[in-house]
Amino acid sequence: MEAIATREACGLTLAKLGRVNKNIVVLDADLSESTKSIIFAKEFPERFFNYGIAEQNMMAQAAGIASCGKVVFAHTFAIFASGRAWEQVRNGITAGGFNVKIVGSHGGLSVGADGLSHQCIEDISLMRTIPGMVVIVPSDGIETEKVIEKAVEYTGPVYIRTSRAKSPVVNNKDYKFEIGKGNLLRDGTDVAIIACGIMVEPALNAAKALAGSGIRARVINIACIKPIDKEMIIKAARDTGAIITAEDHTVIGGLGSAVAEVLGEEYPVPLKRIGVLDRFGESGEPDELFKKNGLTTENIIEEAKRIIKRK
Amino acid sequence: MKTETDQAERKLKKTACGIRRNIIKMLTESKSGHTGGSLSAVDILTSLYFYKMRYKPSEPYWTDRDRFVLSKGHAAPALYAVLSEAGYFPKEELATLRKLGSRLQGHPDRRKLPGVEASTGSLGQGISIACGIALCGKHIDKKSYRVYALLGDGENQEGEVWEAAMSAAHYHLDNLCAVLDYNGLQIDGKVLDVMNIDPISDKWRAFGWNVMEADGHSIGELTKVLDEAETVKGRPSIIIAKTIKGKGVSFMEGKVKYHGTAPTYEECEKGLCELDEYEKNINREGA
Repeated sequence: MEAIATREACGLTLAKLGRVNKNIVVLDADLSESTKSIIFAKEFPERFFNYGIAEQNMMAQAAGIASCGKVVFAHTFAIFASGRAWEQVRNGITAGGFNVKIVGSHGGLSVGADGLSHQCIEDISLMRTIPGMVVIVPSDGIETEKVIEKAVEYTGPVYIRTSRAKSPVVNNKDYKFEIGKGNLLRDGTDVAIIACGIMVEPALNAAKALAGSGIRARVINIACIKPIDKEMIIKAARDTGAIITAEDHTVIGGLGSAVAEVLGEEYPVPLKRIGVLDRFGESGEPDELFKKNGLTTENIIEEAKRIIKRK
Repeated sequence: MKTETDQAERKLKKTACGIRRNIIKMLTESKSGHTGGSLSAVDILTSLYFYKMRYKPSEPYWTDRDRFVLSKGHAAPALYAVLSEAGYFPKEELATLRKLGSRLQGHPDRRKLPGVEASTGSLGQGISIACGIALCGKHIDKKSYRVYALLGDGENQEGEVWEAAMSAAHYHLDNLCAVLDYNGLQIDGKVLDVMNIDPISDKWRAFGWNVMEADGHSIGELTKVLDEAETVKGRPSIIIAKTIKGKGVSFMEGKVKYHGTAPTYEECEKGLCELDEYEKNINREGA
């Protein structure tokens, strides 16, 4: 499989699953071209509903449709799914116990030129706080396909963040995604890099470069931020003694915080969270934004070397 | 024929009276909750549950059931009293309202109580959920069930209500009928003073709905417009039902105070006496 945006992999998978599962219903709020829900819409117009620019109504209607036994996928940009319609997702969908999958596309700084209003760097935090919500950030096309398949099988609310930018392949094609499980991509005993989404590739690249300096870095892809794979995190802490997290998201409340919570309660070791600091994004190319905010392979390498000294 | 109709109406009036008594009792017991807006909705709910809707309390998730969504979730006591009257759960359970471990939460919780279609209380969301159910019934499952939603008047101040209204007309949801409990009061005072929603009928009409008006305490008028709504094709219907907050208990009627206040034991006694008297009058009418 070649590099593909996770939003596109999501659209393709939903269309594929829609052929066998007639219970799948897809919704969008005037962004179907961008979220790629249009791929499903074209094939199954009778099971696709556009709500126009009205995300709050779409989320609550998703709850109503799900109450009739459907598996509903509600798409919009991550900022609107997790921000504007947060309370509809909390009270309407999750507190109602409805089987709705919320797909927030265009997550993170990697959205690029549209600037801060569209670069959602808070969605993982916002969704993670809702009781019972499963939060997943797939890293490539392979993983997105598996995630969507699992989301359909699983009964209950799930938030899935997809990205606008293309994601290179980082997972094996026979990889089996499980809710609550991480994926060990590379073994190592000196330091562990735990990443999600679009930051998994730089994490792998950093590990390769570190090997050249004699540092053996473990790389773990944690797509399922909630529930998180505590066992894998504790094992990494025990085996390596130092953890780095990397995410295209604010360091407040996202993957880094989730890992910190596990370490703090279960097995404290030095931790460095790589992510957007307490500030908004701005317009620019994704790679320029990543560089400016310290989200590059080089940043990971540098922090790995530094954290090893803190052990 | 008229006598038969009168008799049926009298029966519904008596049912409504019993429901009012249970609301007063359960709120007194819980010491908190929304009295005024529960009482204003009683005749509407009675007309829906004991005249119009098709459902099976023994099979709460029967797929062909008509659905009711209480968008003004704070009127939960009225819904609970009606559901227990309909046989969804024993009446004794009403005394557990708002107590720890109860299925009767302060606002309806779908996961806890069969018969509750949506967890509501956050205003504006219930009408959207009702639209979703209607959309699924009409366009996906092609079923003949109807969906009813009860809105508060102040609730119309929420933007989501209008998003929902727009989408229901867009998708021609003629299996959807909303009822607006227009009692004119909200927490901070008169709806007119806090944030005027009028001319409310014109607004719903402009959004493409079939709009009807009724006295929200006249069982006769309510059952008539509910029947009429069913004949309207191609668009959703809304009944603007003029009501009185606290209806049925004279000293609560039209009082903002009782929006979110439960009766004291004394008030409860007084209220129950008034309702007993009212029921006697209904019986006399029938004699």
